[in-house]
Amino acid sequence: MSKSVDHRAYSRACLRILGVLLGIWFFVSFGCGILFREWMDEHLPPVGTAPFGFWMAQQGSIICFILILVAYAVLMKRLDSKFGYAEGEEGQ
Amino acid sequence: MTNSTLNFIIIGITFAVYIVIAVRSRAGSTKEYYTAGGGVSSFANGMATAADWMSAATFISMAGAVAMSGYDASRFLMGWTGGFVLLTILMVPFLRKFGKATVPDFIGDRYYSKWARGVAVICAIFICMTYIMGQMRGVGVVFSQLFGIGIPAGVVVGSAIVFFYAGLGGMKGITYTQVAQYCVMAFAYTIPAVFIAIMITNQPVPQLGLIGHYSLNGESVPFLEKLNRINVELGFQEYTTGKMSMVNMFCITAALMCGTAGLPHVIVRFFTVKSVQAVRNSACWTLAFIAVIYLTAPAIGAFARLNLIEELHETPYVEAPAWLQEFEATGQMAWVDKNGDGKIQYFGPGKSVAGTNSVFQGEQPIFPAYDAPENQRLGAHGERLLANKPDLSNSNELWFGHDIMVMANPSMAGLPMWVVSLLMAGCIAAALSTAAGLLLVLSTSISHDLMKKIVKPDLSDREEVNYARGASFVGLAVAAYFGINPPSAFIAQTVAFAFGLAASSFFPTLLIGIFSKRMNKLGAISGMIAGMVFTSSYIVYFQFLGGTKEQLLFGISSEGIGFVGMLINFAVAFLVRPFGDEPPKEVQEMVERIHIPSGAGEASHH
Repeated sequence: MSKSVDHRAYSRACLRILGVLLGIWFFVSFGCGILFREWMDEHLPPVGTAPFGFWMAQQGSIICFILILVAYAVLMKRLDSKFGYAEGEEGQ
Repeated sequence: MTNSTLNFIIIGITFAVYIVIAVRSRAGSTKEYYTAGGGVSSFANGMATAADWMSAATFISMAGAVAMSGYDASRFLMGWTGGFVLLTILMVPFLRKFGKATVPDFIGDRYYSKWARGVAVICAIFICMTYIMGQMRGVGVVFSQLFGIGIPAGVVVGSAIVFFYAGLGGMKGITYTQVAQYCVMAFAYTIPAVFIAIMITNQPVPQLGLIGHYSLNGESVPFLEKLNRINVELGFQEYTTGKMSMVNMFCITAALMCGTAGLPHVIVRFFTVKSVQAVRNSACWTLAFIAVIYLTAPAIGAFARLNLIEELHETPYVEAPAWLQEFEATGQMAWVDKNGDGKIQYFGPGKSVAGTNSVFQGEQPIFPAYDAPENQRLGAHGERLLANKPDLSNSNELWFGHDIMVMANPSMAGLPMWVVSLLMAGCIAAALSTAAGLLLVLSTSISHDLMKKIVKPDLSDREEVNYARGASFVGLAVAAYFGINPPSAFIAQTVAFAFGLAASSFFPTLLIGIFSKRMNKLGAISGMIAGMVFTSSYIVYFQFLGGTKEQLLFGISSEGIGFVGMLINFAVAFLVRPFGDEPPKEVQEMVERIHIPSGAGEASHH
């Protein structure tokens, strides 16, 4: 496999991870917290005693953001080592 | 031991720690000055970035905003944390690989133009300046309350401390001091929250208390339901629904998120770690540390609101808790006995025909002079009187600044005095860490991007650091001046300005620069200028030239217009691009290169 093909495959995989994670990011914040909040408050089971949409806006979305970043770090690390770009925390 | 001695001791100890750290890790070279030599561990960098990011305003005002507007304040909670996701996934790994020390550096090189660099430098300086002003004011207010020295003296003391370790230590000194400052902030914020959660909901974890049951006086009702009921009874909007329009809520949240991802002082923090992989890990830590405070804020806000209403509403003034008088003395609370029954009544706008709940006429309370006759200063029940005329169109009698929600928390929960001292230390830590970080970006923008890259390219390493120190001194002097003489309500409004500008100029330009190989300088500069001009004229018109609510575009307030400015930036950039030439080959190769994470090396300043 030539270097440039390698590079393109890596970029595509990278963009795929990016797109999926940003989709989740948009759904948990703008989706649950703003656009569908009223519907979720009414139709989804409450979290503890808090309405679902409200809880997502003030607590759930932030927790999801952390999980998204952890997923990003793990997935990218795996992708890097698959393509031989990994160099660890310390650099070369 | 008296209260002020305790304050002195606790704050003195924290200061001694900061200064020892700053002296031990002071910078020797430009590399250490700008990026701490690129060798900070991702854990330490995460903690330092969190401290840098959370300003005094976040620390004190955010919980107050949540308490006052309930669901509506979610825009701040989501906006300022969600922005970190954008920042981490779309920006910093690539900029770190690019390997230059500042944001204007990237824009200048990527768009191969001194003009682009110049516009970026101006934006960076403006964003940092507006921010530092607010921080210095915050430091001044806390110092003056602490030691009774007057705000100007407080601002000067604060500036001297910031200059000492930001100017001396550079990025290296700042990073390690911020680690200590984060620890102080986190403790100061969460300890009162835990106690108050136990008191109100019988739950040691504040976040579980928020979704738990209210358990004071043997009652057991869902906490938020009770808060909703009280709010509605008093004529406020239901706590969990809010009253902001969905469009506005969406735009403000988006503008805050994109603004966060475009703030130069946050981006440069990630240049201090060794590799792209460390950048990603570091961002996880940063957000986790920020979340400790951001997840506690909604709980503090809700508890404080309930507590405040329960303790004050329909309580005779003479039986009110002692903290009410303390806050009256500092001018942060006021009671006007409109109906003359000697009891405090607190009502929302829904209770009056006029649709308002203002206590007095005018924006801010004005107090009679200290030497005025006693019957002008003190009312029939011993309350502090106002010089403002009472607003008799409604029956609300209680006014308070939103910032007291955090500061009054320990007193409301009956916690010992040292908790209040700790809170003050935390607040100062928040202001100092943010001011120091901003000052560094400001000084590098001037010494590196302006002096070395545009004005005088043959500057030596040593001279450059000296310019940076000089610039931080001048920057600080200007910030201190505005901290002492704030241009009225200007500062609060300029924060909207800083975010709007970051969202409409830096964010789109960086994003296109990273992901589009074919964007040329003509498109990028036109886009940047279009976004910036649109956003700033909209904000200036509605904040300073008296634009009315009816004139707002789709009902979007000036806080949220940065989002529209960003869309304009993108649109203009892509429409204008075909009129310019292809970017040079080496720039296209550079864009390809930054997408490969390996071989980042150390962030250089050449």
